[in-house]
Amino acid sequence: MTDTIIRDDRRGGRAGRPRMVGGTPRPGLPIRGLKGIALLIACALVILPFLAVVSTSLADQQQVTEAGGYVLWPDRPNLDAYRAILSGGVVTRALLVSVGITLAGTALSLTCVTLLAYSLSRPGSYLQKPVLLTVLFTLFFTPGMIPMYLTVRQLGLIDSYWALILPTMVGAFQVIIMRAFFQEIPGELIDAARIDGANELQILTRIVLPLSKAVMAVIGLFNAVAYWNAFFNAVLYINDTEKWPLQLVLRTYVVDNAALGVDTADIAGTVMPPSQSLQMAILVISLVPIALVYPFLQRHFAKGMLIGAVKG
Amino acid sequence: MATEVETTPAPAGRGHRPRRPRSPGAGRRPRASRRTRFRRDRFLLLLGLPGLLVVLLFNYVPLFGNVIAFKDYQPYIGIWDSPWVGFSNFDVIFNGDPAFVNALTNTLVISFVQIVFVFPVPIALALLLNSMLSERLKRVAQSILYLPHFMSWVVVVAIFQHMLGNAGLLNNFLRSHDWATLPIFGNPDMFLTLITSQVIWKDAGWGTIIFLAALSRVDMELYEASAVDGASRMRQLWHVTLPSIRGVIVLLLILKLGDVLTVGFEQIILQRQQVGADASEVLDTYVYFNGVIGGNWGVSAAVGLIKGLVGVVLVLGANKVAHLLGERGVYSK
Repeated sequence: MTDTIIRDDRRGGRAGRPRMVGGTPRPGLPIRGLKGIALLIACALVILPFLAVVSTSLADQQQVTEAGGYVLWPDRPNLDAYRAILSGGVVTRALLVSVGITLAGTALSLTCVTLLAYSLSRPGSYLQKPVLLTVLFTLFFTPGMIPMYLTVRQLGLIDSYWALILPTMVGAFQVIIMRAFFQEIPGELIDAARIDGANELQILTRIVLPLSKAVMAVIGLFNAVAYWNAFFNAVLYINDTEKWPLQLVLRTYVVDNAALGVDTADIAGTVMPPSQSLQMAILVISLVPIALVYPFLQRHFAKGMLIGAVKG
Repeated sequence: MATEVETTPAPAGRGHRPRRPRSPGAGRRPRASRRTRFRRDRFLLLLGLPGLLVVLLFNYVPLFGNVIAFKDYQPYIGIWDSPWVGFSNFDVIFNGDPAFVNALTNTLVISFVQIVFVFPVPIALALLLNSMLSERLKRVAQSILYLPHFMSWVVVVAIFQHMLGNAGLLNNFLRSHDWATLPIFGNPDMFLTLITSQVIWKDAGWGTIIFLAALSRVDMELYEASAVDGASRMRQLWHVTLPSIRGVIVLLLILKLGDVLTVGFEQIILQRQQVGADASEVLDTYVYFNGVIGGNWGVSAAVGLIKGLVGVVLVLGANKVAHLLGERGVYSK
């Protein structure tokens, strides 16, 4: 609505520019300027730290020393810091752990959520109401950290990767969003498939899932980001530093500034990268997967969040 | 499977909702019908089973663990054999143990400061974005402002520390010009300001989405009518825009109030060490450090249990208020 009015208005050309835009008086130049500056500052506050992080990770020792620690633009960009942390050792291992947990967790979570949502989406099916209520009630309480910890320990999952996957695997909210989506699929489609002799599994895989790619992608990515970013479950359940995911390594070496024992033997002939570069390189690596899916996240998450807000 | 589908009447899709076979006058379903329905839907039930088991195992089973709030739990004896101690674990709450009171006070202070200073930021930002005339500029700004929402708290705290910490970008810059440095990190007096600005940095942009959606639904004719009546932009903002999104604002505020006992746990635990427990301990970190680290399992479980119960009451109460005000709330009546 706003969109078309503004566009039409602009097409009118400079001379014919009306006093009104979308029903509101066009603001004067100073106001528009101030707004632009305010927005620019807000964006700069987000962008500049990232710029400094990426630049410092690429900078060499000389520039880092001259700048006193951090640089806003690398004069002689190099990848030494990345080579150092990715040539085996703590960061490499943690990266593999995080990738594994994210992939496995997302796949399992998406499967369980989809199947549960589908089984709750057929009208009038047996036991639907009690199961649905069981899922819904979890929205109103959390078991608490201590009982949760005791349960995970009782299940023998301390120091197991399962402790990082299972507790957050099935979110009630996701089940409800996906169920709402499945319920939108016209019943006639499903009836038609059934008349053609399709069984439940075929209906699910040939009819329902292909129609639900968008919502599955949104929920899958949501889970992937959550698994990738999860930090506290690992603090609680993982004592063995060999099994640390990347976020814990990040905490230890980048927030708490513990010395990073990088094996420099493998990168012979190069100077040891400055510690700030190493730290910032770890930070950048932890951001790469997010950056890769961000264009998609941004487009679909806003939509997904609103579905949740409306249907929830 | 296929044979079953052919022999039993299939559950029809939406619009052809199958009615349960009911004998006239009988209020209860006959036994056979239940078996038939089970036979008909057993594959559906099987599909939902893994997810349901995970929900039961990690949302319901742990609830039983709350019994240790009434026990002197010793890990080597086990939950079952640890002796019952009645309500003595709750003494820290009812007798006002200083560490507990400190955690409770900090939690409430942080919550209310964040409601006052964090809550309005996305609204203001959404109004600013919404008033941008250039659609492209708006979209670019949104892409940038949403970004920090997808960072983990570890990343956000790390970035803040390396920018504003004592050896960070800002203080290095100040030092190189022989200016006084700003002790932002590791400074208990600055802690509240610091974590509040972190929350704004991370989530203010993302928080605009719901307000922008509400703003896009405001009836354009209202603006046109008010402009005809000679309203300035400020008056339109006050008399048209804000009343139109009042519902969303009230709803989110109420939900926020239902959540006052929970403040950024991961965020605070990452920075607790630097400023000490006095300034930074909140209920969740108290439970963690007292219980999992300190071994006071019973007391921690008691505090967690009370916090959980009060939390449920607050959420339900907040929804009740939302309904009274004619809003939807988290669930509908």
